[in-house]
Amino acid sequence: MTSSGTKQNLFNRVWDEHTVGTLPSWQTQLFIGQHLIHEVTSPQAFQMLRDRGLKVMFPERTMATVDHIIPTLNQARPFVDSLAEEMMSAIEKNCRDFGIILLNLSDKRQGIVHVVGPELGITQPGITLACGDSHTSTHGAFGCIAFGIGTSQVADVLASQTMALGRPKVRRVGVNGRLAPGVYAKDVTLHVIRKLGVQGGVGFAYEYAGEVFDRMSMEERMTVCNMSIEGGARCGYINPDQTTVDYLRGRSFVPQGAAFEKAAKWWLGLASGPEATFDDRVEFDGSAIEPTVTWGINPAQSVGVNERIPTASSFPRDEQAGIREALTFMDFQENQPIKGTKINVAFIGSCTNSRISDLREAAKVAKGHKVAPNVRALVVPGSQNIREQAEKEGLNEIFTAAGFEWRGAGCSMCLAMNPDKLVGREICASSSNRNFKGRQGSPTGRTLLMSPAMVAAAAISGAVADVREILS
Amino acid sequence: MQKIEQITGRGIPLVLDDIDTDRIIPARYLRCVTFEGLGEHAFEDDRQQMPGHPFDDPKFKGASVLVVGRNFGCGSSREHAPQALMRWGVKAIVGESFAEIFFGNCTANGIPAVCVAGDEAKKLGAALAAGSATEITVDLVNKTVRCGGNSIPCTMQEGARQSLVTGNWDFLGQLVEAAPQIRQTAARLPYMKNFA
Repeated sequence: MTSSGTKQNLFNRVWDEHTVGTLPSWQTQLFIGQHLIHEVTSPQAFQMLRDRGLKVMFPERTMATVDHIIPTLNQARPFVDSLAEEMMSAIEKNCRDFGIILLNLSDKRQGIVHVVGPELGITQPGITLACGDSHTSTHGAFGCIAFGIGTSQVADVLASQTMALGRPKVRRVGVNGRLAPGVYAKDVTLHVIRKLGVQGGVGFAYEYAGEVFDRMSMEERMTVCNMSIEGGARCGYINPDQTTVDYLRGRSFVPQGAAFEKAAKWWLGLASGPEATFDDRVEFDGSAIEPTVTWGINPAQSVGVNERIPTASSFPRDEQAGIREALTFMDFQENQPIKGTKINVAFIGSCTNSRISDLREAAKVAKGHKVAPNVRALVVPGSQNIREQAEKEGLNEIFTAAGFEWRGAGCSMCLAMNPDKLVGREICASSSNRNFKGRQGSPTGRTLLMSPAMVAAAAISGAVADVREILS
Repeated sequence: MQKIEQITGRGIPLVLDDIDTDRIIPARYLRCVTFEGLGEHAFEDDRQQMPGHPFDDPKFKGASVLVVGRNFGCGSSREHAPQALMRWGVKAIVGESFAEIFFGNCTANGIPAVCVAGDEAKKLGAALAAGSATEITVDLVNKTVRCGGNSIPCTMQEGARQSLVTGNWDFLGQLVEAAPQIRQTAARLPYMKNFA
């Protein structure tokens, strides 16, 4: 059931605007206003077009960049990894052949696809956006509908600027109250996932609403929407408001002058109003959220930094085997405090937390301290623009003086497709989005997810620490 | 496209919850420009760490119906995951629930992923592991999963089911046919004209 007029929420409004028709399967053919591609999930899609003799229907509505396999240390071509080099050559050729703009390594606008889209103003309210990457949900921070898709769907969007989809339900996730100092957007999203579970969002689009999101900057909102997929939601979004408009004004891909004012009016008019209806609603108290750290092998397996790792028996019976599997893999004991857990690696980066505000918060913690002995710490900015901005502000000097490595832009150790990897059983305090087994490049490596400030705190402490104790 | 109404094959149990696509195919195997050769790396790291993993068990060699738990295929959108399973030999998946991007990727490759009650998935998995059952039929027309003498109801997102049973799961072909309507939709969206 969907409703119209003032009762319609943003998701259904945007969905209806973009509906091309109904397919024989009764799925919706949905127009995709903006397509983003990268080197990992696109080569097979271009091959599908070639096999059928198809062209890209709206080449100006696809933007390409390179991020997943980019080395962050030595970026000289050809890359040392010949497979990575082959993927680079493929995206370069595909973009050339099909007339798509590529923000390549030599372009100062290059960076992680979910960082670059917003930064350049390509991501705008009220559009539909798709990208062959699950963290495409990030873009929902602007009040657009943003879907992560597979490679077949990348081909669909390239060839038709549309895709086949069933309409999800919409759940309003309300978080009110005021966050305590030292509690960040990352903690909010980890908290929501902990409470609703990694599959709680299946079948839903999440609308995040309430005072906590109203007060957030666009970058914080991106962190929240980014992790929607970790809670199982098909996408997540926040209604556009003045913060959204102010962020976008003047960015290179947004309209300028009178056209911008016209755009802003349209954007703000899309927001779910007070009478909007939803298929489901949940509420959380923001003031109760603590700096949060994962202890297990999925992003819902987390605790507040001052809590203890739970016992398997505290979970419903059918979840206990999974909890024990996680405890065994992590080599943690039930009831063990998470604070004080020794780490080997600290990683600040990824499409979740590699933006300038993340680096500023982490630098505040790192300033005047030293990375603990035996801890390898790296900071990987999300884009070349962020790297340059951070250098202007002297953040790189704060980090390097403390003993962090300062790297080039890319996805890096979030998924370790490039040379940045954990080794053996190393434990990494990470500002990324997934603590899955083997995610950071070593099949037996272990990941503790937390905010960038908490990663910095762990790096200088050599162990999981409460960032509030360092900041005060 | 081929109509996919019913798939019968030997079952293989992997009834664990929240199996993510990094586990199905580790990211290092995404360094490729085709999907060829992914089959042999399905669950590679899990197989290293879990001796007797069903994908290495000779008992399940040649199996084609994978039985899984809840939220199977969560995480990364990599289509390499269903491609790896398909190239290993999987033709259908039965489980308590599936992550949505993974489910869509399966449908796009003609692999039905159907849901059964959680305890039914566990029972099926246990029967396969014990050897008391071997063959499973996934019947998309009658919405049942049959094994031994038992028939259990299964569900699937209706649009995906329709697309498989009617042979309309080649979305690319259908989508491009609507070119005039696509252009009409584009023309009514203010941002497509840059708000001029």
